[in-house]
Amino acid sequence: MPSSSATTLLHGAGIGRGLAIGPVVRMPAPLPEPEATPSTLTPAAELDRASAALQATAADIRARGERAGGTAHDVLEAQAFMAEDPTLADDVEARVQGGLTAERAVFEAFASFRDLLVSMGGYMAERATDLNDVSQRVVANLRGVPAPGIPDPDFAFVLVASDLAPADTALLDLDKVLALVTSEGGPTSHTAILARDKAIVAVVGAAGALELTDGQTVIVDASTGSITASPSDDEVTRAEQTLAERKARPVAPTGAGRLADGTTVPLLANLGSADAAADAVAKGAEGVGLFRTEFLFLDSTSAPSVEAQQEQYTKLLAAFPGKKVVVRALDAGADKPLSFLNDSDEENPALGLRGLRALRANEQILRDQLTALANAAAVTEADLWVMAPMVSTVEETRYFTALGRELGLNTLGVMVEVPSAALLADRILADADFASIGTNDLTQYTLAADRLLGSVAAFQDPWHPAVLRLVGEVGRAGQTLGKPVGVCGEAAADPLLAVVLTGLGVTSLSMSPAALADVRAELALYTLEQAQEFAALALAANSAFEARAAVLEATTAPSERSV
Amino acid sequence: MTERTAQIASSHGLHARPASLFTQAVAKSGVKVNIAKGDGKAVNAASILGVISLGIESGDTVTISSDDANADAILDDLAAMLGRDLDAE
Repeated sequence: MPSSSATTLLHGAGIGRGLAIGPVVRMPAPLPEPEATPSTLTPAAELDRASAALQATAADIRARGERAGGTAHDVLEAQAFMAEDPTLADDVEARVQGGLTAERAVFEAFASFRDLLVSMGGYMAERATDLNDVSQRVVANLRGVPAPGIPDPDFAFVLVASDLAPADTALLDLDKVLALVTSEGGPTSHTAILARDKAIVAVVGAAGALELTDGQTVIVDASTGSITASPSDDEVTRAEQTLAERKARPVAPTGAGRLADGTTVPLLANLGSADAAADAVAKGAEGVGLFRTEFLFLDSTSAPSVEAQQEQYTKLLAAFPGKKVVVRALDAGADKPLSFLNDSDEENPALGLRGLRALRANEQILRDQLTALANAAAVTEADLWVMAPMVSTVEETRYFTALGRELGLNTLGVMVEVPSAALLADRILADADFASIGTNDLTQYTLAADRLLGSVAAFQDPWHPAVLRLVGEVGRAGQTLGKPVGVCGEAAADPLLAVVLTGLGVTSLSMSPAALADVRAELALYTLEQAQEFAALALAANSAFEARAAVLEATTAPSERSV
Repeated sequence: MTERTAQIASSHGLHARPASLFTQAVAKSGVKVNIAKGDGKAVNAASILGVISLGIESGDTVTISSDDANADAILDDLAAMLGRDLDAE
């Protein structure tokens, strides 16, 4: 165990530029699966234990729900009903009668319902994580150990975990969380996305973070990706001063995104529904760089009508009169399958019939969507751009742009997420009006590392020089042909990486609205020439870590050539 | 045994919120009620996990039943509930 007096330094990927000081609270580790050994008690005794634990857990969850209020109350109330569920109780009873311990019977009963929900897909599959949580709580009660789950101390804390699942963060009291530190996960992990969205200080993928102990003081600096554990008094004083200075500083600059030399870099918002438009405008978005249309389709068993889609698109476009709004055609598959598009089981869905490939196989769905978009554009003032997801060939580009033009759309582009599209960007952009780089998928495909797989999360880093070289290919093609090249992945929300991207020829950046202020502030610090120098440094590095370190070093020691 | 049949009006079937509202209404009635889809097996209608596991979709016909002697009024209410679009409420 580290002694509380020795100062240690950990490194990971910082999310945003924030700084926080506070005591560590560790996320309890999940309980091991109960052994399937036969019970030494009578079935009746095991049944009593199981019933008591289920009831006590339901009561505990309900009490927490009443304390939490709001959305969390509904979530917890639903969980309490699961613990009290009569069908589940019958299932537990049958398993106990078969000679299992109460722990194992509860575990198996919940697991069988979880599998059932997962197999139903969609909304029900999302509730499966709730069942897991309830199951863990009941088993913890039976064992007499603390329930795993989100800690809820009555002081502000730095949460340390291996990684956080959506079910964990849904119940997290964000007002008490000073910072998030995870030992696993990369800049596109759920934790990172949440942190960016809610503007929480976070460092993810910090090896050794799990050796931090409860109550230990840490300084978390997202701008350098560092965690100082058990800092000296001097270090604490310095961090507190920095915090006070930042608080005193006027809020981030507003207005159009631009570099120090005046080069404009429009800052746009990634949106998932028309309802979020007002918030994006309030946070200074100059338009929309990625409007995801999946929400219109996700809960449906069939594609929505042209009219229903048109209504939503009109609502969105009306919020951005005179501004650019880039809408992505339905991107189904891999992490978000739709029953009416992706019906066959694929061994490798990320490499399967997804994105434009799936739309092409169901062309009527694509035609309806493009028609609805063209109709919405006709009755609003926004500058509508439409792009196809996961394009991998020149031929696909031509197919999409031709179809879009046939249906009355003016500006048609492609997402560059597949290395083949980046490598042939000069030919793709000869046809498409613009390109938008999806760095999350581009990183996944370049490094052959599944975005959704925790064990390879370390590969999922858009700072990787191989990814940046591909971005550079697209940037160069865009500049040669005079076509805009945007980035709409998580990379654009990393302030320093955003500068590097502009140095690679990217002309606009799109991100979750919460990240706009930090990126705007960072861009304003450097000239285009400096951004290009940073880009060259990052490209010359051997790894994502080295690339980030080289650029960070250059920012603290400004080059002589710059003014 | 008392029985009622009803056609599910909720647009997304008896999942999620409609299932939750329905099972809570059953639990509140204090009467043991079963529900079955078509000719399928009956499950405890107060169990959200049981009800969800039937996979009841919009437009499906279900049978609710009870052995309780005073179940008539309760089954009428529950059948009426299933005939409304609970997603819209």
